[in-house]
Amino acid sequence: MSETAVPDPAAPLTPSGNLRRRQLVSRATELAATAAAVVAVGALAIVIYTVVARGAKAIDLDFIFTGYPTGVGPMLLGTLVIALVATVMAMPVGVLIALYLTEYSGARGSGVLRLTLDLLNGLPSIILGLFVFALLVDHKQQSGFAGAVALAIIELPLIARGSQEVLLLVPRGLREASDALGIARWRSVLTVVLPTALGGIVTATVLAVARAAGETAPLILASSVFDPKHFSVNPFESMPNVPVWIYKLSEEGNPEGFTEAWGMSLLLVSFILFASLGARALLARSKRKLSS
Amino acid sequence: MSPLRRRLDLVGDRALFGVCLSAALIAAAIIVLVGYQIVDGASAAISRFGFAFVYETTWQPNFGEFGAGSLLFGTAVTSAFALVLGAPIAIAIGLFLTLLAPVGVRGVVGPLVELLAAIPSVILGFWGLLVLAPFVQAKVEPFLNGALGFLPIFGSPETTGLSVFTASLILTLMVIPIIASISRDLFQSVPPELQDGASALGATRWEVVRGVVLPTTSSGVVAACLLGLGRALGEAIAVSQVIGAGSELQSSLFRSGDTLASRIALQFPGALTELHKASLFYCGVILLVIGLASNLIAQAIGRRFSYQGVAAR
Repeated sequence: MSETAVPDPAAPLTPSGNLRRRQLVSRATELAATAAAVVAVGALAIVIYTVVARGAKAIDLDFIFTGYPTGVGPMLLGTLVIALVATVMAMPVGVLIALYLTEYSGARGSGVLRLTLDLLNGLPSIILGLFVFALLVDHKQQSGFAGAVALAIIELPLIARGSQEVLLLVPRGLREASDALGIARWRSVLTVVLPTALGGIVTATVLAVARAAGETAPLILASSVFDPKHFSVNPFESMPNVPVWIYKLSEEGNPEGFTEAWGMSLLLVSFILFASLGARALLARSKRKLSS
Repeated sequence: MSPLRRRLDLVGDRALFGVCLSAALIAAAIIVLVGYQIVDGASAAISRFGFAFVYETTWQPNFGEFGAGSLLFGTAVTSAFALVLGAPIAIAIGLFLTLLAPVGVRGVVGPLVELLAAIPSVILGFWGLLVLAPFVQAKVEPFLNGALGFLPIFGSPETTGLSVFTASLILTLMVIPIIASISRDLFQSVPPELQDGASALGATRWEVVRGVVLPTTSSGVVAACLLGLGRALGEAIAVSQVIGAGSELQSSLFRSGDTLASRIALQFPGALTELHKASLFYCGVILLVIGLASNLIAQAIGRRFSYQGVAAR
């Protein structure tokens, strides 16, 4: 007659042996995962802190509104114009692609089209620089327009993807109500579907602009030889712009230039951070509104 | 309905479809056109050097001798380093955001990690040049050389900190947000019943991750890493600012080097001869082929993966 071990009812309820080891391992990995998040956020904090601490000194009204050497006005204006031209080209095409994906394409067509957009999104920006150089600059001259074409290609998949997500959220009931009234497809798309999704489409576009505004690689080939004193709004000549100017100053290795570059970095980073945080908040809101 | 309106609607429907379809075709046309222009720009170098360009390591613009071997090497080393260091961190962040962080922390940390991707590469490179490189040179290189100096990759420290090592660190910062946000979405898609089942069987949190979360999402995570790799391969600006533009093959990570993309950014604006330009275009061709390949493989893996299938089984 063997005796079965009766657990001691008075034993403390703490893990022992194998379980204890397993829990330790689990605790350790939890700590490691938290540490990883701290590393990433810490790196972001250090970069932003450096940009703010070193850039704030450089910025005053003259810095924003006058030309070289007292300020960087022409570069700011140029970046604004290039980004604007790029968005004017990319936004209609992007929204129409999104419409095609949600309204017209079958499963097969949308698969191919989405793959195309992903590939476009994955193209290295320096490749787009070479592309616009070969297409628009070689044997002609550098131009802000050539840069804008490259930035438009960068924005296109972002706008198309973002708009598609919002268009998919447009309530079925709205479309069905419109169909029930006997309204043609194109009318209901233009007067019901698009207006409902408009807020989301605009924020998706803002996110794309924030991404494209800091792109340097294409502009190095498309619009890098310019006069930093000259305010230019003509996109068919080489335009001063912020990213290329930061790049040049960083290559020159002169301390005053560094201060100027930090100042421009601060302006660029604050635009990008505010635009993307604001757009993200708005996008979340309009998605909530559409899906409720 | 009046016949006029009916006719107008017919035209309108066709027109809208036509416009949307042509927008879709534009997207496809851009890809084809980019490929064509890059190869066309490289044609002089392709006919001159042939395939040997890919492994030849001489790069002497003054003598018209070009080979991308050392650049390919530099690209491979920096991207591999960035991925080896960045992928575990990024996957851990994804796990932290889905399984560990309280909702409030999740809502803050998630967007912050994504903001890391929003910082323009020229600013990250500038920061790398003035802040990270001196730090790496003064602290990290001597430390690694002292601790692991018997490995040839951790050679003796150099004077500037502009090195393959620093460039890889910057690339690591760039791949982390990409992999982290994709893997977070993947982990969120793991059916909670599976996780709860494992927990009910007595699995600890880590065992749930190892036994359920990672196996169900592994192919997606691999795809995410490939997308990160694509980003690291193609980064030109930030790398060109901190890598030091060296031309020889070096075993030590602390020496200067160069990558395909950064060589294009550094030398193209000053390229004098047509052959020099064509050779840089040839680098672009190599970059385009590797980039598209890693992207396509990532898509293929990502598409085969479907969590609904897992849930249904």
